[in-house]
Amino acid sequence: MSAATVIDKPAALDTGDDPHVGPRAHLRHISALIRRNVLWIRQDPESMFDVILMPIVFTLLFVFVFGGAIAGKGNQDEYVNYVVPGLMAMMGMNIAMGVGTGFNQDFQTGVMDRFRSLPISRASVLIAKIMVEIGRLLLATAILLGVGFLLGLSVSNVPGLFAAIGLALVFGSSIMWIFLTMGVVMKNAQAIQGMGFLVLMPLQFGSSIFSPPSTMPGWLQTFTDYNPLSSLADAARGLMNGGQPVAHDVMITLLWSLVITVVMAPVAIHKYRTKT
Amino acid sequence: MTRIDNEPRHDGHGRPDAVSVRGLVKHYGETKALDGVDLDVREGTVRGVLGPNGAGKTTLVRIMSTLLVPDSGHATVAGFDVVRQPRRLRRVIGLTGQYASVDEKLSGRENLYLIGRLLDLTRKDARTRADELLERFSLTEASKRPASTYSGGMRRRLDLAASMIGSPTVLFLDEPTTGLDPRTRKEVWGEVKRMVGDGVTVLLTTQYMEEAEQLANELTVIDRGRVIANGGIDELKAKVGGRTLRIRPADPLELRPTAAALDEFGLTGPGNATVDIATGTVLVPILSDEQLTAVVGALTARGITLAGLSTELPSLDEVFLSLTGHRASEPTGPGDPRDTPADRSHESYEEAAV
Repeated sequence: MSAATVIDKPAALDTGDDPHVGPRAHLRHISALIRRNVLWIRQDPESMFDVILMPIVFTLLFVFVFGGAIAGKGNQDEYVNYVVPGLMAMMGMNIAMGVGTGFNQDFQTGVMDRFRSLPISRASVLIAKIMVEIGRLLLATAILLGVGFLLGLSVSNVPGLFAAIGLALVFGSSIMWIFLTMGVVMKNAQAIQGMGFLVLMPLQFGSSIFSPPSTMPGWLQTFTDYNPLSSLADAARGLMNGGQPVAHDVMITLLWSLVITVVMAPVAIHKYRTKT
Repeated sequence: MTRIDNEPRHDGHGRPDAVSVRGLVKHYGETKALDGVDLDVREGTVRGVLGPNGAGKTTLVRIMSTLLVPDSGHATVAGFDVVRQPRRLRRVIGLTGQYASVDEKLSGRENLYLIGRLLDLTRKDARTRADELLERFSLTEASKRPASTYSGGMRRRLDLAASMIGSPTVLFLDEPTTGLDPRTRKEVWGEVKRMVGDGVTVLLTTQYMEEAEQLANELTVIDRGRVIANGGIDELKAKVGGRTLRIRPADPLELRPTAAALDEFGLTGPGNATVDIATGTVLVPILSDEQLTAVVGALTARGITLAGLSTELPSLDEVFLSLTGHRASEPTGPGDPRDTPADRSHESYEEAAV
């Protein structure tokens, strides 16, 4: 088929569609949508409260209220080193839940209809949202580490610290796809929050985030062993301060992230595309 | 009864209809939102789609703007198939939804800039286009404020501006003035008329006969997912009995004599005069301005002094009553005979298509 025949074809008989959005246009659309979300923050700074306050409150709460009981009175310093990497794992989950509720509220307004009637890839709206939330998660992690350092957190392996942050971001962003799907599918933000807590609470507390599972009953230990949050928390601890082999936990965390993303991202995009 | 054509008109020489819909069907579970809708919009004209809540108006617009996929039937917009060519179609349409679809947290200018960027304008062009449209829709002064601080009319204007960024050839307006006060409604009508003046083809859904009369060249009345009437505005108005003349005699005691006199004259349209005690007026259907003049003359000759006189368009309810025999808001019982309106729709469709 020569190029000339294609050009000669009268437009009225041309029944093909435009090709999918190219990578450069895609990037441009995503950055325009990221800009929208950043402008939101400027317009409504209160939307950053969760990111700023959550790491502060949780760190203080766990170190001073439970730290003594778990690590022994006067051993709070030691507990800081234990719980801060764990909280890094937790942060991702909590912020991911906010993605779902925020996205759901976005849908209540007609803005999503407008976006979906534009010649942009429909995934770009979701990807932009995830990018912004990764930024927020990064900020929360920075604040968490700041509070940690004030309370005596010590890090022996600085590249390991960055690896731990990266791992937490990768896992956190995979969880965001789950909540994005819920944000598209579920009726309202309250439902997502209710459902989210129901799932998050056992996952977070039934893990090695806050305390070593060694004192838990056997059945619960089995659960924590398979809980990806334990793997992430243990991997982060090992990466930051050594003392335990990390390769296995890192692999497990990456594997979970990969599987969740590969399964949930297409589901989220499909649900978004076919939302009525 | 034979259909004139089942396929969208598309001969490769002449320009296709800007919008062409054939046998569109959409279910939501058990509910049939659209039950075989046919409809055309000629290029550069405005087609009003009139119907009550739940008639399927929004579903129709959502299919035409690629937000929904129909279960069966064909639809093309500017020659592009809604199912097979959604990406090309999205480049040539503008959509203004039932709820002002602007981002409330962004300023008017940022809203328009964002849409411009998503439509692949350069940064500079997106900015220029945003400023142009802000100016045109009289929003320049408020351009830096978040849209949440806008009045209902301003928000609707911003919404219209947003749908114009890509200079669409076909514009879908889904109940553009629902929830607006009468003054703001007129303002929005003015904007829509200007857009039509620029050559845009418009498909407008509305619940108000008055809005359809103001904006549309042709009208399709739909009810429960079916077309029940189709044709020019005047044609339909004649069918539903034109306007209603409301007469207020100076002396309330003259109400009944006035009504009796009107019936006696036989100067008016179909239907008898009715007395509205609550407002102290007599209502009578008329078909033309001549009838109005004749009525006034005849009443004056009878020595009845008039204190007030106004004409009203039939309400949606009245339109439905005369077209379907049931009110727009009335739920249909299981035994409701649907045959009559359906037959009628085909009849009038052919009239319009020939």
